Amino acid sequence: MALLEVRDLTVEFHRKGEEPFTAVDRVSFDVEPGQTVGLVGESGCGKSVTSLAIMGLLPKRGAKVSGTVNFEGTDLLTLSDKQLRDKRGRDLGMVFQDPLSSLNPVIPIGLQVTEVLERHQGLSRKKAMVEAADLLDKVGIPDPTRRLSEYPHQLSGGMRQRALIAIALACKPRLLIADEPTTALDVTIQAQILALLKGLVQDLGTALVMITHDLGVVAGLCDEVNVLYGGRVVEKAQRHELFAEPRHPYTHGLLASIPRLDAPRGERLNPIRGSVADNIPWDHACAFAPRCPNALDLCREQTPVQEDLGGGRLLRCHNPVQPEVPQEVSA
Amino acid sequence: MAIGTKKERIDSLAESTADDSGVSLAASAWKRLRRSPVFLFGSFIIIAFIIIAIIAPWIAPHDPSARDLADQVIKARNQIPEPQPGHPLGGDLQGRDFLSRLLVGAQQTLLVGVFATLIGLVGGLALGTLAGAFGGWVDSLVMRIVDVMLSIPQLLLAFGIGALFAKPNLFTVILAVSIVQIPVFARLLRGSMLAQRGSDHVLAATSLGVKPGAIVFRHMLPNSLGPVIVQSTLVLATSIIDAAALSFLGLGNPDDRIPEWGQMLGGAQTVIDTHPQLAFWPAGCIIAIALGFTLVGESLRDALDPKNRR
Repeated sequence: MALLEVRDLTVEFHRKGEEPFTAVDRVSFDVEPGQTVGLVGESGCGKSVTSLAIMGLLPKRGAKVSGTVNFEGTDLLTLSDKQLRDKRGRDLGMVFQDPLSSLNPVIPIGLQVTEVLERHQGLSRKKAMVEAADLLDKVGIPDPTRRLSEYPHQLSGGMRQRALIAIALACKPRLLIADEPTTALDVTIQAQILALLKGLVQDLGTALVMITHDLGVVAGLCDEVNVLYGGRVVEKAQRHELFAEPRHPYTHGLLASIPRLDAPRGERLNPIRGSVADNIPWDHACAFAPRCPNALDLCREQTPVQEDLGGGRLLRCHNPVQPEVPQEVSA
Repeated sequence: MAIGTKKERIDSLAESTADDSGVSLAASAWKRLRRSPVFLFGSFIIIAFIIIAIIAPWIAPHDPSARDLADQVIKARNQIPEPQPGHPLGGDLQGRDFLSRLLVGAQQTLLVGVFATLIGLVGGLALGTLAGAFGGWVDSLVMRIVDVMLSIPQLLLAFGIGALFAKPNLFTVILAVSIVQIPVFARLLRGSMLAQRGSDHVLAATSLGVKPGAIVFRHMLPNSLGPVIVQSTLVLATSIIDAAALSFLGLGNPDDRIPEWGQMLGGAQTVIDTHPQLAFWPAGCIIAIALGFTLVGESLRDALDPKNRR
């Protein structure tokens, strides 16, 4: 049995006087222990909402979550607030996008690490402080004992993100959800943080759900990738297959839009036309159709169903990109 | 030397950037306050009055309640003791030394101002935390009560509450003035608490399973206090004025052996044509101390406002 089984997760936002908006639409995926699964897509495709729904962090009013999120056999969506609180931080951890705003500005780093240790492991403040210094050391923060008494604004961006990772992993959760953990950082720091995450996750045997819009992150980290568009999974594949042979025109477009160093000088970038705002509802069409280079008339009339291509590969498209025969893509 | 100056420039640049990165909000606010003439002037006034209030019993030339000059008072002709050797400001309508009363009066005024602000602050914090932490119907209920209180003019409300008590004394004055301040604090705190509720670090704390009580008191409340601190210095000024107004209208402490500026001002009404100095001195003191607190409050607000940072 998988560690995390997300089945038909649907999130609808209700606003007074407006049509309900479906941000996440019947998304399903599994995460095995120790596995890294990527959720990929551009802004507004429902990545973050998916992660917040799994953690039960969406506002009770306004957001309607349905489907099941089985974590070690219990459906997180049916748990009471208290039961969920006991799991958060202990079994489920989360790393957020912006490390500065995700740390409490008026409390020293040390107290923010010990808070979760005291809460879930019942450690005394003294013991928790020793453990916290150890944790900061593990995530590569130099001089951890001194850093414990410093405030978030005194740390650099990369160190803040390291501290956040230390806090999220303090109780050795079995599942870590990282929501764009490198977006707010420099490219050089990004690589360090990703390497750190990869190492820690391997050491602790933690499963990782990596939410990102950056296919470079996916290539370096993920075992399996779910590509989201308009709140639905449009393609799911193992990492190598996805990079070698993208079948959905959206995935293909995402890969083609990455600037390449080996491309001839003066070559233009290949963006995907339009924006998420052009989406049409999935009800009687493919949401991507208005932006899709492969769009047929059928795409605007009928919702594509999810096909199983075998080998854990899923695709939702009427007119997929045909595999080009011999192509070398280093992934 | 060109090289020397360039090197110096880089050094000073490095120093200034190093300063900015390693300094907390409070420390950098203090740095700006120290250079602000408005803040220095305001705090000078406040400190001067606090010192006067503390040492008043020793520096006052006479007992403020002793009617030393009673023989010089002729009520029918509105004649009161003029300034004279030993009594530089003369006496009041009861023949008591006016300078001594003015000095000792600082005690009552500061006492009322500080305690009224503290009680208002505590009440406002409680209501604001309640509204900001729970949201929903609790928030609506608290905020409607606050709206009702805010819809009545501040001074009028204080008079109303003050008039409720048959026997006014120092405590009723403090109570009347402080209740008026509660809605201001409650509204302010609730606003910044609501902003904190949606913030990333509160979400992050929630994602760690931190209990709701700790979320409110450790993560939301301390981050919401900035504007409340600023407001309380401004409220100090208004509570002093309100308390003086209550005493002026006779809703203050009826025991006039303990001098208080508002009450001294009220007592001067009948002789204001002939002896304006009886009104001038207490009024001047009230204005000065209120100005002091307002100046400090305003400069604190500027210093703590992140949008003002350079």
